[in-house]
Amino acid sequence: MGYVGESVRRVEDPRFIQGQGKYVANLQLPGMVYAAIKRSPYAHAKIKGIDVEAARNMEGVVAVFTGEDLIKGTKFSSPCGAIPCGYVPSDTKVPTHHPLAIDKVNHVGDGVAVVVAESAYTAHDALDLIEVDYEPLPAVVDAKAAAQAGAPLIHEEIADNTSYHWVLGNKEQTEKAFAEADQVVELDLINQRLIPNAMEPRAVTAQWNKFDEHMTVWTSSQNPHIIRLLLSGFTLGIPENKLRVISPDVGGGFGSKIFHYPEEVIVPWVARAVNRPVKWVARRSESFMTDAHGRDHVTNCKMALKDDGAITGLQVYTYANMGAYLSTFAPLIPTALYITLFSGLYKIPAIWGETWGIITNTVPVDAYRGAGRPEAAYLLERLVDLAARELGMDVVEFRRKNLIPADEFPYQTPVAMVYDSGNYKGLLDKAEEMAGYQDMRKDQAEARKEGRLVGIGVSGCIEASAPGPSPIVTTLGSAIGLYETGSVRVHPTGNVSVFTGSHSHGQGHETTFAQVVADELGLPMEAVQIVHGDTDRIPFGTGTYGSRSAAIGASALVKSAEKIREKVTRIAAHQLEAAVEDMVYDRENGTIHVKGSPDKAKTFAEVAFATYYAADLPEGMEPGLESTTFYDPSNFTFPNSAHIAQVEIDRDTGEVTIERYIAVDDVGKVINPMIVNGQIVGGVVQGVGQALWEHGKYDEYGQLLSGTMMDYALPRADQFPNLETGRIETPSPHNPLGVKGAGEMGTIAATVTIANAIMDALAPLGIRHIDMPLSAEKLWQTIQSSDNGGAN
Amino acid sequence: MYPPEFEYYQASSISEALSLLGEHSGAKVLAGGHSLIPAMNIRLADPGVLIDIGRISDLKGISTRNGSVRIGALTTHAMIAASDSTPQALSEAAGKIGDPQVRNRGTIGGNIAHADPGSDLPTVLTALGASIHTTSAAGERTLAASDFFTGILETALNEGEIVTAIEVPAPAKGSGSAYAKLANPASRYAMVGVAATVTIENGKCTAAGVAVGGLTPTATRAVSVEAALVGETLNPDLIAEAAQAVQNDLGDDILEDIHAGAEYRKAMAAVFVKRALTAAMERTKAG
Amino acid sequence: MNIPVSITVNGVQHRQDVEPRLLLVHFLRDVLGLTGTNIGCDTSQCGACTVHLDGMSVKSCTVLAVQADESNVTTIEGLAQDGKLHPMQQAFWDHHGLQCGYCTPGMIMAAVKLVESNPNPSEAEIRHGLEGNYCRCTGYENIVKSVRAAAGAGD
Repeated sequence: MGYVGESVRRVEDPRFIQGQGKYVANLQLPGMVYAAIKRSPYAHAKIKGIDVEAARNMEGVVAVFTGEDLIKGTKFSSPCGAIPCGYVPSDTKVPTHHPLAIDKVNHVGDGVAVVVAESAYTAHDALDLIEVDYEPLPAVVDAKAAAQAGAPLIHEEIADNTSYHWVLGNKEQTEKAFAEADQVVELDLINQRLIPNAMEPRAVTAQWNKFDEHMTVWTSSQNPHIIRLLLSGFTLGIPENKLRVISPDVGGGFGSKIFHYPEEVIVPWVARAVNRPVKWVARRSESFMTDAHGRDHVTNCKMALKDDGAITGLQVYTYANMGAYLSTFAPLIPTALYITLFSGLYKIPAIWGETWGIITNTVPVDAYRGAGRPEAAYLLERLVDLAARELGMDVVEFRRKNLIPADEFPYQTPVAMVYDSGNYKGLLDKAEEMAGYQDMRKDQAEARKEGRLVGIGVSGCIEASAPGPSPIVTTLGSAIGLYETGSVRVHPTGNVSVFTGSHSHGQGHETTFAQVVADELGLPMEAVQIVHGDTDRIPFGTGTYGSRSAAIGASALVKSAEKIREKVTRIAAHQLEAAVEDMVYDRENGTIHVKGSPDKAKTFAEVAFATYYAADLPEGMEPGLESTTFYDPSNFTFPNSAHIAQVEIDRDTGEVTIERYIAVDDVGKVINPMIVNGQIVGGVVQGVGQALWEHGKYDEYGQLLSGTMMDYALPRADQFPNLETGRIETPSPHNPLGVKGAGEMGTIAATVTIANAIMDALAPLGIRHIDMPLSAEKLWQTIQSSDNGGAN
Repeated sequence: MYPPEFEYYQASSISEALSLLGEHSGAKVLAGGHSLIPAMNIRLADPGVLIDIGRISDLKGISTRNGSVRIGALTTHAMIAASDSTPQALSEAAGKIGDPQVRNRGTIGGNIAHADPGSDLPTVLTALGASIHTTSAAGERTLAASDFFTGILETALNEGEIVTAIEVPAPAKGSGSAYAKLANPASRYAMVGVAATVTIENGKCTAAGVAVGGLTPTATRAVSVEAALVGETLNPDLIAEAAQAVQNDLGDDILEDIHAGAEYRKAMAAVFVKRALTAAMERTKAG
Repeated sequence: MNIPVSITVNGVQHRQDVEPRLLLVHFLRDVLGLTGTNIGCDTSQCGACTVHLDGMSVKSCTVLAVQADESNVTTIEGLAQDGKLHPMQQAFWDHHGLQCGYCTPGMIMAAVKLVESNPNPSEAEIRHGLEGNYCRCTGYENIVKSVRAAAGAGD
């Protein structure tokens, strides 16, 4: 067979290309009613009163509930609990987060009431009839400003709006490195707020069976079991054995669909209260003010250097905007997924990082593609670029000089991470070669003579993927271990159902996981069916994010398949009256035969049936053929990349054209090259979005100025050339497949690659750094006010 | 995504449309719906009554007669973009509106009646010195484009009056026109849009029409630019200098948003005047 | 106020009384149960809702059902004929032109009309012609590849 490594066409595509995707918004249930949520137009305000009478009395309205109703409960629906934070490092102060606000609202978009009506149109009409008496309060949106004395206090129990302060590194060595440095390069930079904008807006539907006291919740989530656990343990109070959570087809997530959202509590609670199925679908502008946002760091960072170009130390101080509440994984992102990556690809002996997590009157911030690693890569690669320039070194040469050599793996960084494997030099060499870097510089020199602003951007990035070993992540503050579940069930007629706790919302697991299991068992892919997204069918799962599914989810399946092979081999041996040690499991043909006698064989299907027929099994062996593994990885994986981009800035307008983009990535072993390439390209385009156009921008009153796609610029097809992609493959030693994870590397690298390219273009004008997004206006203004200004 | 309620009436003729408008004061006219429906979808517009004129076939089509191109109000942007008879600035601008799907539905009449400062056609019609034909219960009238657009989302249309056709001079020998636009990266509306038409006879520019939109409440005739061109032999240096003169024509009311401030937009006005003029001049050679 | 409409969708005529404010996309999804056409935004930008109306690609979120009275609509569900995939659908499958699939129906419908009006589109023409269709997953490259392949297949 040999499916792994092949670009197998996706088995899930037929339903999507024919309009048969099962997105939550498509659900039609008999008697269904529609929910709409009344949301605060203020960033910070007390709720003096809510008058729902007129809304209640509107024709077609079934019910209206407020935050008070949810926490008090009704005759039919018991009280809701507050939404917890799922990642709480010690000394983290967690604000109370009710599904609907009670006393005050803390961001524009904070929900205060829910209407259910016979049609979605009527529900939205009814929203206009709900009167909320607000007493506006001063708002603060900037993280640094919110942490200062005198800033408006958002949660009584959280002084200075500071939820946590997290540090990591070798402080003494770092202070020494800086004291002894030949040069220090310092940067103040902003990693701006982004809004994920998966194409499918979030949706939740719930159906209550009052006779069985059973609730089914359909939610567009990346991790239905986690949602079930949180609903059961904290917010809805229905025991897990009476609660089914289904995440069917989900239209993209990028992190924004990991978290436990208020609507996941409100909708089932209401379904129980009115005893009818309830559907809620976000409008896009509603998504803008409710989906978790990404990034939003204000950072001061410094790099210590020797004159010969060696990096000797790094210090980073970050104010990380948490938004108004702590979203499910929020404190993880700017701490254990950020500071721990500060070594990058380089040997940096001394690193010290501190992050303050600050509450502000904005939408909560949490993981968004890369989740902490893009922020780390950005500051590091900007500093590296500046350091090279200050020392008069070529940016590629400078990086090459500082790379961790291939013979030093496993490499212990000063910030906890132990890198598993890598060929960083090979990576950089390959990118250089593919780009024709020397020729690029020659062409740039020619262009510069004509006064053209051509820039070449380079980045070398690493990230930690596949969170993560349960003892480590729980120590760090995770409320749950991050293993993954994988069951392989062989049916009597020899075909296979696979139940994975991973979730596919674009990653193609129905194909890639089938490739893996088919290879492991020696079956044609058509005989392997992948099931995901339903807590009733899958024992448990921790979900898909952090590029973890192949490394952990597929590895769990490898382990289960191994156990299946063992049992099959023992049965075949028994049936062929041979010793187990004398048997060969032929994965090419799906047969088990006696060593040296290929005609003395059993097929997989024959053995499968035999285990259920159970007439003659080895002494003490149970009938049946299925295996479940809870696979806990032994380490994170470390995908890495070297990207090079060539851009040109139109002097007259400041607009940027991307001429070429070269991406060389090491994502470990590749299961499906076509799918991996798709992830890299998609990731790069998202990363470029941050560099050039995207900004979740608030005004000082907490109004979201980029509140629709009319003002939030998403990447479009006509803004990109075809990417030139290359691969280096250094298998991860930490999982049986050797994979590292490909979902986020493109985004992590692309943002800073383009930023570096633009800074390179502006270098002749003496420009040192500009914050993103590097909009046309910003670049034009920079060009105008620089030394050379408009001069040609 | 859920428009508010409204009453709906369909008109199968212009007279029926006028009669319905007379019956329902304050009613809004629905043509292609690509300014009105998006506004209703996010509940920024709440017209109690809609009169749908979209099926009045008399109002659709492009015809040329006596040196004039007449474009029915219900002619879609796609039709104009594909047309060989309309001045190039107009077909070029129409082809830059939205995207193919939007262009299949949006109409020139609807677009100009909506008068969004970020739209493209008002700028072109201003540069071309277009005439806007209307009808109402009070009769027909014709307005110059420069009189038609009166402010942000405001036109000289009276209540109960609808646009029936737009008339522009047919492209003459020796003339060339172009539209150049600096698009908002999110909405792709014009942050700055410039339409230019020039006529070259015996090596000299005998006529020029330049208008700038996107950064002002209504499109502005760049009379200073035009004055610098007419009577001259056009060359790149002259065009560049003339383009700078646009600063005298923009006035003080410069629109701003998070994507582009006033200073940038004013500077871009000159850049895009230059680009539109350069392209227009190139096209005179083809004529 | 309800208005009677007669709309032929994928070859089947449907007569319904609808509120004038009912968007065509809601008519298709909620009245007819054709949920293949997706809603991705509320500002008429993303193109996920693209269908063919009287032979032209339009955004069904920006058309009222009453405006489509007596018209012919083709949705993604109506592209395949006699169980055979349309070449554009086939091309998206062959060339990995989709990941999460949410933008895909609208993307395919737009692409079909793009190729119909421009049978041999260049890369740039395809990228430009899909201006009205957003994708957050693929980065567009394989979508462009798919459209080129489908255009080529029509030769």
